Amino acid sequence: MTGWAALTGLHQHGWADLLQLWAHFSLLSMLAVGGAITTAPDMQRWLVSGQGWMTDAQFTTGVAIAQAAPGPNILFVAVMGWHVAGVAGVLATMVGIMGPSSLVALAVGRYGQRRADAIGLRAFTAGLTPLTLGLLLSTGWVLTAPTRHRWEALALVAATVLVSVRTRLSPMWLIAAGAVVGATVLA
Amino acid sequence: MADLTPEGSAAAAEAPLRRPASCGELFRVFNRLALQGFGGVLPIAHRELVERERWLSPAQFVELLTIGQVLPGPNIINLSLLFGDRCLGWRGALAASAGLLAVPMLVVLVLASAYQQLADNPLVAGALRGMGAVAAGLVIATAVKLSRTLAGNPLGRPLGFALAGATLALVGVLRWPMVGVVLGLGGLGMALAWRALRRQEAGR
Repeated sequence: MTGWAALTGLHQHGWADLLQLWAHFSLLSMLAVGGAITTAPDMQRWLVSGQGWMTDAQFTTGVAIAQAAPGPNILFVAVMGWHVAGVAGVLATMVGIMGPSSLVALAVGRYGQRRADAIGLRAFTAGLTPLTLGLLLSTGWVLTAPTRHRWEALALVAATVLVSVRTRLSPMWLIAAGAVVGATVLA
Repeated sequence: MADLTPEGSAAAAEAPLRRPASCGELFRVFNRLALQGFGGVLPIAHRELVERERWLSPAQFVELLTIGQVLPGPNIINLSLLFGDRCLGWRGALAASAGLLAVPMLVVLVLASAYQQLADNPLVAGALRGMGAVAAGLVIATAVKLSRTLAGNPLGRPLGFALAGATLALVGVLRWPMVGVVLGLGGLGMALAWRALRRQEAGR
């Protein structure tokens, strides 16, 4: 059992923990109406405050690494799983966050295209847009948790918002600039 | 699939649309576009799928993206699933989404474990704090950009901002579980939007 645990990187977690991890991320999959990043506040609440499986700093760093690396931003979910339980954790979180929403997407793609103009569908999108906005703001707020007490960090957040809204500069350059500023003033 | 609408751009109208020949080709193209996407894959997806491969007309791309956005789950993953499924069935859906995720996931995990080795280095720790602050700023900026679409929302701007503010207060500050907030406030938003849309239709 120890050899198997080391291989999968289960760390101190058993199958019951993995099942819980998978189930919670499956639930979030169905709630991710504005992209996976809108579920970050709930992941942080559950993983950091609830289960105590990660620290605030590990959480925010995971999101930052996934945003800096190439590929879809949803991969921050893989980093969460990796921190909790290695390869087994990655499988649990990724299958959880992808599974239910993918099945819904395929089902709707096959049978639901004709109803795109229906009033129900329009009410669904319009009604959820403010929520997506609020969830994105919550995600931003939660990500500042490890550095919120430093005015330099808050200035960096504000500068990023300003540059990102006003220009079409690639996020990659902003992340790189953040690394340089962080290494000089936040070290 | 191949019928071009008049709205299709000049570039797409010049040549007929192609189709991916195999699951392998789907995987390769989606892998290639994922690896170019730093800080978001969507702009690259448009360039590769519409302009370079000519697998989709601009109108078809927007249509798939809209469906992908309305559904739960990441937009770009939903787009790859819908597109792969239309071309080659469930195997195509699997190939396209695996192409987006497999190699970038390895890259991200290697970076994450490299960080664990270097976490004690104060310079690295500082750099990652800075990157975290920028990551927060990027997400907030997305919300700011999106807030402009509230002008065209049937809910109207005051109600839209009120619902967004309530969501921020409950989920972000008070840390309530997301399920209840999405079902409660989301249900309320949908009901109000439904009523507003019905009034618009009746007033016409």
